[in-house]
Amino acid sequence: MSAFARLVHAEWTKFRTVRGWLIGMAAAAAAIVGLGLFPGMEGTCGSGCGLPVGPGGEEVTDVFTFVHRPLAGDGTITVRVASLTGELPPDGPGKEPQPGLVPWAKAGLIVRSGTKQGATYAAVMVTGAHGVRLQHDYVHDRAGKPGGVSESAPRWLRLTRAGDVVTALESADGTSWTGVGTVRLKDLPATAEVGLFVTSPMFVEGIGAAGASSAPSLATAGFDHLTTTGGWQSATWTTERIGGTSDEHPIGGGPPPGPAAGDASGGSRAPAGGQAPGAEQTGDGFTVSGSGDIAPAVAGAAGLGTTISQTLVGTFAGLVFVVVVGAMTMTGEYRRGLIRTSLAAAPRRGAALAAKATVLGAVTFVVGVAAAAVVVTIGPGLLRDNGVYVHPVSTATELRVIAGTGALLAVAAVLALAFGVLLRRGTTAVTLAFVATVLPYLLSMTVLPVAAGAWLLRVTPAAAFAIQQSTPQYAQVEGLYTPANGFFPLTPWSGLAVLLAWATVGLAFAAYRFRRRDV
Amino acid sequence: MIVVSGLRKRFGSHTALDGMSFAVEPGQVTGFVGPNGAGKSTTMRVILGLDAPDAGTALVAGRPYRSLTRPLCHLGSLLDAGALQPGRTARNHLLWIAHSQGLPSRRVDEVLERAGLQTVARRAAGGFSLGMRQRLGIAAALLGDPPALMLDEPFNGMDPEGIVWMRQHLRGLAAEGRAVLVSSHLMSELEDTADHVVVVGRGRVIADTNIAALLKTAAAGRVTLRAGASSIDVAAGVLEAEGASVSRTDAGTLTVTGLPAEAVVTLLTTRGVPFAEISSHRATLEEAYLELTRDAVEFRAATGSEAAA
Repeated sequence: MSAFARLVHAEWTKFRTVRGWLIGMAAAAAAIVGLGLFPGMEGTCGSGCGLPVGPGGEEVTDVFTFVHRPLAGDGTITVRVASLTGELPPDGPGKEPQPGLVPWAKAGLIVRSGTKQGATYAAVMVTGAHGVRLQHDYVHDRAGKPGGVSESAPRWLRLTRAGDVVTALESADGTSWTGVGTVRLKDLPATAEVGLFVTSPMFVEGIGAAGASSAPSLATAGFDHLTTTGGWQSATWTTERIGGTSDEHPIGGGPPPGPAAGDASGGSRAPAGGQAPGAEQTGDGFTVSGSGDIAPAVAGAAGLGTTISQTLVGTFAGLVFVVVVGAMTMTGEYRRGLIRTSLAAAPRRGAALAAKATVLGAVTFVVGVAAAAVVVTIGPGLLRDNGVYVHPVSTATELRVIAGTGALLAVAAVLALAFGVLLRRGTTAVTLAFVATVLPYLLSMTVLPVAAGAWLLRVTPAAAFAIQQSTPQYAQVEGLYTPANGFFPLTPWSGLAVLLAWATVGLAFAAYRFRRRDV
Repeated sequence: MIVVSGLRKRFGSHTALDGMSFAVEPGQVTGFVGPNGAGKSTTMRVILGLDAPDAGTALVAGRPYRSLTRPLCHLGSLLDAGALQPGRTARNHLLWIAHSQGLPSRRVDEVLERAGLQTVARRAAGGFSLGMRQRLGIAAALLGDPPALMLDEPFNGMDPEGIVWMRQHLRGLAAEGRAVLVSSHLMSELEDTADHVVVVGRGRVIADTNIAALLKTAAAGRVTLRAGASSIDVAAGVLEAEGASVSRTDAGTLTVTGLPAEAVVTLLTTRGVPFAEISSHRATLEEAYLELTRDAVEFRAATGSEAAA
């Protein structure tokens, strides 16, 4: 056995023969599993709950008002968006809706494989606050020229299908055209449904770090100068509310103009106001109102349910136990003078510290992975039984979240160990480890303003909680991308890298001091 | 076995070691004696590589301790018997130390038996008496079957039975050919145990001698004379006249140096001076030690009071 392997063996014997350390590790696992499996969270989502799935396999929101005609083969559609107005939810009960547009209200031209939710598509649109965009298949978004729509500045849009290539153009005057982009839709059938669409996502307001309110909004676009060329099949335009339900039309509004399609899903409720989703033919165009979104589905307060990240909310409690054990395995030796026995047995101090960190890290990793695996495998099922919708994630994401939770705990334990070496006193080392790893997370989850919380979760060791994010964040979807909703300011691996950097620097500094200090 | 040469170390303004040099030979118990603060524990920590000296070297088996791959197989040590994780059992305490040296768990059972701890091996060490902790410490020091052992104040706080056990044990280890270094601040503890003694004070070696030679120099032929009040002054005068130095210990007692007891008897009898008792004084190891360290202690007291002022 090599010298280092002997030291690792000795440190493992040391660790497993102190009941306190074992209890601490068991408590960490129990906290993670307990808070994960018994959250007391209940919802009203039955077995019918679910979201449509897009071409990439991701969950999508696909709710909008669609004025369409079938197009066989190639063809072009051109329209002028003369106006884009909307309604925001009332800012209090009993009040009237306020005029205004949400930033991602969308009105424009779309080519789809059909009217089924989750169909492959490409669309060029004018938005509430993000200018002209070319989007396709829910997750892809490309910017055109900025600016909105007004009577003095209408926007012209053109969509051309040639084979599986869709080209989008925009113009200020209908004469001089600029390309927005080209996308390839490999699953677009020979006959596609093409036409006008309007939709308007939920109006979302964050309340502090954890609270949120959201309500539907409505957008209305005036389309004129509608022209088509190519293989258009029918002379009449069909109006349809994709993803809408007939019992949800607003007070004072007429019946939905088109047949409702799609199943019951989130985001399709219309605002309580005077206007309703629908379409009305005008001289050479339509006035179309819509509510909903064509976008990837985002979890959290703005969305429908919860994510596996939120089932791991107990990680912070587990982390408390882990950093206590991590710091105390070292400070306990200082307190009792046992460090001299340890260093008499292992006088190469760098190796002695490395062996201790190895054992602590490995034990913590195993405990963390086991606890996270239990929660991630069993937790979503329990939540679904309680009627809570849990966004499904890929196996790869589950594995990353499980292994990442173990790594987060293990690296944090090693950081606490480094604090223990540097400070030598249990109370100060444990306090510092808590302040560095657990506190920033708790603060940003609860009382801190979102910006301050995001800053903490970028620079402190608590950044590693990002490894637990299970659903992606999309720039083209307005959401509450807060830690409380399972979204972190850093990407999963860079968040873990921040903690790893802290632990590496901490351990290196601890080793430097440890090797030079008299004990 | 253990060779210390020219060790110097300062803690701030305090000089802990001031050129400490000595060697510990195999096959004997070497006492390492000096008043508290003389640098004994610091020297032992330097030997174990726990403290770094400002100057000088400490070699174990010819090498610095920190460079030994299985150090406990070269030098077993017991610095602080209380340095235990209280919840860990005696056996597990020895087990992790054994694993750190790549020793099999069989060795653990062997040293437990040798230290007489088999029956308490699976009890938490936190509940041990000091005597049992010392035994556990000895067991740990013996794990690697080392040719050299180093114990810091092993008699401290032990009951008489434990002291007897420890003495026999140390003698036995030396008889096996091991080099044994035992520190103490009480020379009397090493009586009948140490073969050799290194007396230290103020961070350096005051005397490095075997016990027999030390006792010889310290004995120095002192004679105690007791006589009646009427004759004691006469006796003093007679003895001084013959070249002895005389000091009055109390009203009826004189301490005489410079003349052997037989000469004192002959002289006083010849002159007809009556006396009650004459005894030849045999120096104890403790007295020899106090004599040797007097300077160091006085110096320390003086600097201490200066510092306090």
